[in-house]
Amino acid sequence: MSLIKFTNKGIYCEQGRFYIDPWQPVDLAVTTHGHADHVKWGNKAYLCHELTKPILHQRLGTDLVIETLPYNKQIDINGVKLSMFPAGHVIGSAQIRLEYKGEICVVSGDYKVEFDGISTPFEPVKCHTFVSESTFGLPIYKWQPQDIIFNQIRNWVSDNRDKGKTSVLVAYSLGKAQRLIKNLADYCEIYVHNSIANLNEGFVKAGVDLPDTIRITPELKKEALQQGIVIVPPAMAEGKWIKTLQQAATGVCSGWMQVRAGRRWRSADAGFALSDHADWPGLLSAIEATEAEKVFVTHGFTATFSKYLNEIGIASEEVKTQYGNEEEEEPTPTTIEAN
Amino acid sequence: MKRFSELIQQLETSNKTNDKIAALVDYFSNADDRDKPYVIAMFTGKKPKRPVNTALLRSWATELSGIPPWLFQESYSSVGDLSETIALVLPPPEKITDRKLHEWIKDLAALTGKPDDVKKSFILDAWNSLATPERFIFNKLISGNFRIGVSHKMLVNALAKQSDTDSNKIMHSIMGKWQPEAITYEELIEGAHVNTDNSWPYPFCLAYALEMQPEELGDVNDWQAEWKWDGIRGQIVKRNGELFIWSRGEELVTDQFPELHFLKDELEDGTVLDGEILSIKDGNVQVFSILQQRLNRKTINKSQLNDAPVGFYIYDLLEHETQDVRGKTMSERRTLLEEIVSKLLTKDVALLSPVITFNSWAELAEIRQGSREMNSEGIMLKRKDSLYHSGRKRGDWWKWKINPYTVDTVMIYAQKGSGRRANFYTDYTFAVRDGEKLITVAKAYSGLTDKEIKEVDSFVKRNSLEKFGPVRTVKPELVFEIAFEGIAESKRHKAGLALRFPRILRWRKDKEAEEINTLEDLRQLLNSTLS
Repeated sequence: MSLIKFTNKGIYCEQGRFYIDPWQPVDLAVTTHGHADHVKWGNKAYLCHELTKPILHQRLGTDLVIETLPYNKQIDINGVKLSMFPAGHVIGSAQIRLEYKGEICVVSGDYKVEFDGISTPFEPVKCHTFVSESTFGLPIYKWQPQDIIFNQIRNWVSDNRDKGKTSVLVAYSLGKAQRLIKNLADYCEIYVHNSIANLNEGFVKAGVDLPDTIRITPELKKEALQQGIVIVPPAMAEGKWIKTLQQAATGVCSGWMQVRAGRRWRSADAGFALSDHADWPGLLSAIEATEAEKVFVTHGFTATFSKYLNEIGIASEEVKTQYGNEEEEEPTPTTIEAN
Repeated sequence: MKRFSELIQQLETSNKTNDKIAALVDYFSNADDRDKPYVIAMFTGKKPKRPVNTALLRSWATELSGIPPWLFQESYSSVGDLSETIALVLPPPEKITDRKLHEWIKDLAALTGKPDDVKKSFILDAWNSLATPERFIFNKLISGNFRIGVSHKMLVNALAKQSDTDSNKIMHSIMGKWQPEAITYEELIEGAHVNTDNSWPYPFCLAYALEMQPEELGDVNDWQAEWKWDGIRGQIVKRNGELFIWSRGEELVTDQFPELHFLKDELEDGTVLDGEILSIKDGNVQVFSILQQRLNRKTINKSQLNDAPVGFYIYDLLEHETQDVRGKTMSERRTLLEEIVSKLLTKDVALLSPVITFNSWAELAEIRQGSREMNSEGIMLKRKDSLYHSGRKRGDWWKWKINPYTVDTVMIYAQKGSGRRANFYTDYTFAVRDGEKLITVAKAYSGLTDKEIKEVDSFVKRNSLEKFGPVRTVKPELVFEIAFEGIAESKRHKAGLALRFPRILRWRKDKEAEEINTLEDLRQLLNSTLS
């Protein structure tokens, strides 16, 4: 009997009687990471990595039953051995490894293989069945090393300063924002939107080594912002507040910026192809490293990616899930009132 | 090439005209002088002959990237641009060359006529020595399709600013006949080639759509009204014994219209006429779909000449006795024009576009209702004291079009867009009802707001029934009102008819799929336009 089932509530482990990243309320939700499309409100209990706990509190409130695990520590749930391995996607993101009677299954959630400077790096786990995303599962998506991208961002910021423009980077509040902060804090002062500042506080309390940033308040001098970098979540990118800045130049940081159409659709002044998801070679190398006999593809270019895996001799199937909209489902942040 | 690639990226990542012009000025101030004429040629749509065809490029790129052809196709569907898809799927380059743009263009031109294996080794080597952004540019050089949101006007403004030259002069200069390999940037700016070139046309004066009440235009006596013809805007140039016919797209179309060649003998040297190329039979203007049979053909047979004879309705005079008369008022130009036309020996082919007499705006509004019977799109309003401007200038010329035809349809197919909208379902196919069946009648891309597109996109994703490559069949549920300019018989379409210039007028969220129009409704409309 298979270790996991794809049900209308989410990925279910019948032997262990728990769900992984369910989208409808269940008794026990094992959670891969804190993005909104993987964590829903209303579960009786959550099991996640230690560093995902502050995110859940931040996003779903304090009235939650949360059990945590560190990476590489095995527990037993109704006879199923469960452990978590780093997925490298965002801080606290975990691949869930299940073992039952010698059968091993890994549900990876979202992942990337490149080390981003702040999330624990991705670790391949050998298994029989692997559940993979395919957000960027087309051969057009091949990321540049992040050092190159960060240099591009620094040059862009310096260019903006010279032109009297304020650099506004658009990035998800969970993951991309911390990655930018970690890699750019030595370059200049960083100003962050409330939703990012709140998450950062939780991370710092939990012991994450995150550089200091300044929370954006209406009292801040616009001249000061112009000399630094402003980071806001996507929902704020076209908001009124941005327009009050001194000639804001917006730079969107997302894998979709790899393609010109993506850059133009967002009507940003600059696009940086910086992603927290694996690129095409990343997906393939990760899957090969698992030596899995069967790969389920849950979200992204599922049909294409799954077809390709079958062609190269890896048995694969696409599965319909409700993952893959971390941007659209990000909670709408509160606006900043201009003076 | 690197500098040019940077320019393209700057142009693409900004949506502000001023930023784009600044980027262009900066480029033309610093780039290699030999590159500049090629860049101007590209931005004005002067295409070199394509040295390597698309099918070969595709197959080499697929082979080199080691992916199956279907996966290349999926990638292409997602990216929406072949040059870009190729640039992205190829493995990273093993070396980096920084050759000049003009060197690349010359080498590519030299490939024409060479055997495929020579072409292949050149292209593969180029791909292997260029980074992704430059590869994309290189591929665009091969196809010659450079559409990056730089209008002629924008380019001309940038060149004018960079060289401190009058923009009209530059517009003239770049619109004329010139070859990038035979002219320097300075010569082009100065228009050195223009005087020696008999063919050069003037930039067309364009009209804005009238969005206010005509009463707001003031005294009727200040205005001249003409029919707005639905043909091809054209400029006829006669200089030094030669005749040239230019279309609005700045293409020379002289050979396509032999009926107009008599003007070579009958017009004085130094005459330039502005008017509309139309199909005119037995004194009546025919619908556009008939003229269409005559367009873009290398040869024209007798039956085409017979069924769709071409004429020219003249509405303006730009050059008279070798003098540029665009600075005269329209009344003055019209008087001169009437004199020229009256002297023509061949009658009924090149005609004055008639002036509509009217005494009040209300009367003109009534006359306008009869536009369709004339096969006209409405009325043109021109200030009698207006000069002939280059391009669009608000206030002097207005087009007052009649409302389009409309039909309520249901969406049955959706496809992802290209360019800016490559990740959204933005291209839709619409059907009307024919008994129990739904019959496709139009495909349309434009007319929805970004917000609506996102909404439709999400509907498509939740309601697709089947998948054919990039196309999804969609549950027939969303009703759209389609506007169109004309209707014609068509053997190629299952419906037996084709709509001209269809676009989405609005999303009828208030209507159910049962309430849409029928094929019979459209057939009746077709018959009424033909009779």
